[in-house]
Amino acid sequence: MALEIIEGCVNCWACLPLCPHQAIYEAKPHFLIDADRCSECVDAFATPQCAAICPVEGVIVDELGTPLNPRGSLAPPA
Amino acid sequence: MSALNPATPIAASSGCKSSRCGSSAQQMNGLPSAIMQKVQDHPCYSEEAHHHFARMHVAVAPACNIQCNYCNRKYDCSNESRPGVVSEVLTAEQAVQKTLAVAAAIPQMSVLGIAGPGDALANPERTFTTFGELTRRAPDLKLCLSTNGLMLPKYVDQIAAYKVDHVTITINCIDPDIGAQIYPWIFWNHRRVTGREASEILIAQQQKGLEMLVERGILVKVNSVMIPGINDAHLKEVSRVVRAKGAFLHNVMPLISEAEHGTHFGLTGQRGPTPQELKALQDECAGEMNMMRHCQQCRADAVGMLGEDRGAEFSIEKVAAMQIDEVAAMQRRVALRETINAELAAKRAARHAEPAQVLALRPAVPPPELGRAVRMAVATGSGMLIDQHFGHARAFSVYEVREGKVEWLETRAAAQYCGGADDCGETESTLARTIATLADCEVVLCSRVGIEPWGKLEAAGIRPDVEHAMESIEAAAAAVWQAMLAAGQLDAPRDAQRRA
Ligand code: SF4
Ligand code: SF4
Repeated sequence: MALEIIEGCVNCWACLPLCPHQAIYEAKPHFLIDADRCSECVDAFATPQCAAICPVEGVIVDELGTPLNPRGSLAPPA
Repeated sequence: MSALNPATPIAASSGCKSSRCGSSAQQMNGLPSAIMQKVQDHPCYSEEAHHHFARMHVAVAPACNIQCNYCNRKYDCSNESRPGVVSEVLTAEQAVQKTLAVAAAIPQMSVLGIAGPGDALANPERTFTTFGELTRRAPDLKLCLSTNGLMLPKYVDQIAAYKVDHVTITINCIDPDIGAQIYPWIFWNHRRVTGREASEILIAQQQKGLEMLVERGILVKVNSVMIPGINDAHLKEVSRVVRAKGAFLHNVMPLISEAEHGTHFGLTGQRGPTPQELKALQDECAGEMNMMRHCQQCRADAVGMLGEDRGAEFSIEKVAAMQIDEVAAMQRRVALRETINAELAAKRAARHAEPAQVLALRPAVPPPELGRAVRMAVATGSGMLIDQHFGHARAFSVYEVREGKVEWLETRAAAQYCGGADDCGETESTLARTIATLADCEVVLCSRVGIEPWGKLEAAGIRPDVEHAMESIEAAAAAVWQAMLAAGQLDAPRDAQRRA
């Protein structure tokens, strides 16, 4: 079980210090998650920490490719 | 400078505006005198001292824990940087090395700040490691940080333990209904919180953090972003509350919302304030203390502040290779500071003799306003003399001359030749952008200026003046104003409002 950071990540660093397993690392062209380390936070928190702070929709996905922050979920209410 | 100027209409209407005029400022501001003393002696805030000292920010704090509708997280925090800037993030170790290198090369260096590129307290390890190391290796440097305030209560004791000297909190509202229009979400207690609840938490943390800092005697400045139609009317209330709690300065900044920065406000067409709207609100929130409008100054780093382009000297690679005698460098800084402070003290003593005369000579009925105020931009490396070529200036000091009195307003960065191709508009040249940042100035004082910029400045209604090269800024600016007055140029308002 692991999450993945995909294209669209703006390299804002927000997720990196929150990961309980130091699974996130700085990389080019965008940050990445080490799948061997990531537990999807199930052992540590109620919700995956990286996805709870990521400011960009759609860039953190689960193993099925489903975004944890789907389109529209982070937008301010109109 | 003109702080001690009892004859101006402003002073007449609001009492003595100067923070140096006896005890009145202290009473009006309601701040304890120990805090007032700290502000007045501070290399960032002292009106007379600030341009003798240099300060720098290190970009060690990339992460952020809230979302603001005026921020695009591709770029550095909008509260702390010009829009669209991306800083190279330093590790704590690199930041310490860079600070020590700059402070060894530039003995005026006296304040080190952490303001981003995200939020200082969303990166507590990086921020406090940097502070801890510098407290040990350069204990003479003052430390400061900027934050959105969300994590302040948690870290106040650490901030105090590292003797952080002043903290800037960005507070855009104290009403969560207004907050909900500014902050779509925050990260709090391991989850994302949205809507009104997010602002309730943020506001409560900011206010609590402010109170805790004041209790510990740490200087607190509050920054606010003015967003017309959302918090513009509300900011007066913010100002009243944060001052009552002990913030010594409330600084209102304009919303900048270009669509191309890709912020929520940029995309929805939320406008920023006009210069007039901004000025009116700033004047209201500035309170009784006649201090510098500080935000731009603080964004400049020491490397650029001394006029020459020395940034390249302090790249990560070069800094890593430098051998620095830290103790000798600190001794040089301390000695320089003592000299400067002694000079300032002497100046202050001389000035304190003046007001009695000024008051005695002042007619019972205030004279009609003689000539309007004129802003002038100065190309200066030393901060004292007009000693730079227009084209070499990385920043301009902006002064306002009002009734013959010269007052320093702020430092504005000149446009730089850009490195990257994609963040650089092709249509707007560097020169045009520099001229645009000086649009409110009528004169630019410099040691020399090329023919092309000369023509373009004139076309923009800004008169280049090289007659006063190497003269003292204040004397020259006063002389230029007097000449304009004598020529009848100050009777009518400035012809055109320019916005480039
Ligand atoms: S889900 Fe949790 S463990 Fe996995 S990368 Fe994100 S923060 Fe780290
Ligand atoms: S928080 Fe999101 S956008 Fe920021 S670095 Fe992590 S994955 Fe990328």
